[in-house]
Amino acid sequence: MKLPSRRILALFSVAALVVSACSSSTTTTAPGTNAPGTNAPGTNAPGGAVTQVEVVSWWTTGGEASGFNAIIDKFNADNPTIKVTNSAIAGGAGSNAQAALTTRVVNNTPPDSFQVHMGHELLDQYVTPGYMDNLDDLYTANGWTTQFPQGVLDIVSAKDSAGAVHYYSVPLDIHRANVLWYNKTVFTANGLTAPTTWDQFFTVADALKAKGITPLAVGDNGIWANGMLLESILISTLGADGYNGLWTGTTDWAGAKVTDALNTYKKVLTYINTDHSSLSWDQAADNLIPASAGAQPKAAMTLMGDWAAGEFDAKKFTDYGWAAAPGTDKIYDALADSFGLPTKATNKDAVKKFLTLLGSAAGQDIFNPYKGSIPANKTAGTPPAGAKQYSTYQTWAMGEWKADTIVPSVEHGAAASPAWKGAFEAAVTMFVANPDVPTVQTALVQACKDAKVCK
Amino acid sequence: MKINRDRVISLLVLAPSVLAVAVFVYGLILWTGFISTVQWDTLRPDYTPVGLANYQAIFANNRFLMDIRNTVVFTICFVSASLLIGLLLANLIDRGIRRESFFRSVFLFPMAVSFIVTGVVWKWILSPGQVGSPQGVNQLFGLDPASNRWITDAHVVYIAPDSPVYQVLHNIGLGAITSPNIGVPIALLSIVLAAVWQMSGFVMILYLAGLRAIPEELKEAARIDGCSEWRIFRHIVFPLLVPMTLSAMIILGHISLKIYDLTVAMSKEGPGFATDTPANFMWQTSFRDGLFGRGAAVAIIMLVLIAGVIVPYLIWNRRQEVEA
Repeated sequence: MKLPSRRILALFSVAALVVSACSSSTTTTAPGTNAPGTNAPGTNAPGGAVTQVEVVSWWTTGGEASGFNAIIDKFNADNPTIKVTNSAIAGGAGSNAQAALTTRVVNNTPPDSFQVHMGHELLDQYVTPGYMDNLDDLYTANGWTTQFPQGVLDIVSAKDSAGAVHYYSVPLDIHRANVLWYNKTVFTANGLTAPTTWDQFFTVADALKAKGITPLAVGDNGIWANGMLLESILISTLGADGYNGLWTGTTDWAGAKVTDALNTYKKVLTYINTDHSSLSWDQAADNLIPASAGAQPKAAMTLMGDWAAGEFDAKKFTDYGWAAAPGTDKIYDALADSFGLPTKATNKDAVKKFLTLLGSAAGQDIFNPYKGSIPANKTAGTPPAGAKQYSTYQTWAMGEWKADTIVPSVEHGAAASPAWKGAFEAAVTMFVANPDVPTVQTALVQACKDAKVCK
Repeated sequence: MKINRDRVISLLVLAPSVLAVAVFVYGLILWTGFISTVQWDTLRPDYTPVGLANYQAIFANNRFLMDIRNTVVFTICFVSASLLIGLLLANLIDRGIRRESFFRSVFLFPMAVSFIVTGVVWKWILSPGQVGSPQGVNQLFGLDPASNRWITDAHVVYIAPDSPVYQVLHNIGLGAITSPNIGVPIALLSIVLAAVWQMSGFVMILYLAGLRAIPEELKEAARIDGCSEWRIFRHIVFPLLVPMTLSAMIILGHISLKIYDLTVAMSKEGPGFATDTPANFMWQTSFRDGLFGRGAAVAIIMLVLIAGVIVPYLIWNRRQEVEA
């Protein structure tokens, strides 16, 4: 009989649709139920009274995923009545995660906590529209207002209408955006040292160019790598206070110093690889690695955040040196992954417990050795014996972190709102193709006005 | 009145899909149109009416104007090149070569590949490499990467004041199209190359079907009357291929107006937004910058552009059916 079997098939497929729709909604909205497939047997407390905490991150591979899973494992082991799960969304420095998050937050079904760059990416997107709780009690109870450097406290906090300061997220790691990486063999062979000013950079770059080596490798197929270059030049020309003022409205974007910075930037762009716009940052960094031992690498320097160290280590390349980007010594252009507390989170007490571990010295020393970043908490820095330890670069960076002035990175969400950052990147995109200083400066002035920071 | 049982059943069967289309297509178009006229510029929906301010803002945005330019240039180049190459291939294959089906498949296979895959492959083929260590086509043909930049070429070709055409255009009142903003971005032509590679086989199949439908008697009669092969093509074959050409133009046209995956895989925004598209701009405006009102405005403009291509075709199609 043909017809009934078809009917049964149809019924089954409808049933399957209904079941899958239901199950996907229970895993995201209903707390207290176990997400299928993530349940490790034996970790639940007897009686099933386990509070579920869902944390969304974009850490899915490599050291960052290992580190984050290590910290979650520790928390779950220490707190048998709570189960933290990592709902990771892979891809593109969080761009995919952000799109998925946007939908959930707007629909009032946010995860219990989520990864977001500290600073304006969090403040302007989530705090101002009223989607986040402040974490003032955590900061006070744990003494974080003295354990985190003032520069970080300024970035993670916002003032309310009465002028009181509130803290909105817990930074788990710190990365530095203004680092110049170079091939040590190339530098020694040509009698060069890492440039500390942009004038020195041009001298070094000319010497390298004469040898047929591309001085500076840039991979800006996502334009941010080139934006970071301008960011570093702005910091070196304006100084920490002047650079901070760009984002708060006290430094004039139309000023002569910004013009100077743009002229320097224009000159730097003549020393970069021709295929920059078809490479990603890591493909550009790989140009410092010689094709075979003793061969001349394609490029000698790259200006990149300190995740470049992880890229070199992964490629078993050890011959790299580093220094602060020219003219930015003693200034730490910082970005951080941080976690906050959505107002609609379902288990706030459990989330706060987890956030407490993320901000503590112990928690940060679990995560950061894997990730290649440094702890934001000044009291961290000495992982227990037997645990994964910090690398040479990280030890150097921690020393700098404690002594340096901290400024927020624009390309990584700390200094400006996403829309302002987008306008900044649009100006950079135009400038790289057609380096006309007055045009780009007008665009940057307009971007500040559109962000309602400048008048 | 007798109830026609067939009619009731057909209405019942149709109802769910009609309802679904009404809500999920036309309902959401109306909703997007509404969003494009409100403030909504953070994650918190904000339905304060702002009139046409979002449209003003995007038309004042240089990047969007370049996107429109890119779309027009891409559509013209992509559609005409695909049609020409498709027609040429179809005619070659129609000559009755041996192993016809083999060649048909070879030319059609690229269509089975997703635009993302095409984009990644062509990105590597057209990546210029560095001076001294070129890659891809530059390496293959020994070209200098400094002057053959392909997808990384930031140049935009436009009618410069020193070209002979410039004065002519100004004299006949078309001076506006000599603006540097109305040029042809070189990097975009590399994208066209990849898109044509992918879609010309499809056009070939359409034309081949058209050619096969032409009765051999017509051509035979013309030959007996002493017609040259070219005149047979020009006066008999070509007019009978017009319906195929129109269908191909519509299908390719709407692909090119909506193109997103190919450019994002190959060159993202490209140097100086040379390969940026309205779709990419819409996505970034909405989900990266959080400006949902402006993103919706871009969506509506894209819809209008696509409707401008599709609606005349539907009208034409309907008329053909009525005539038949």
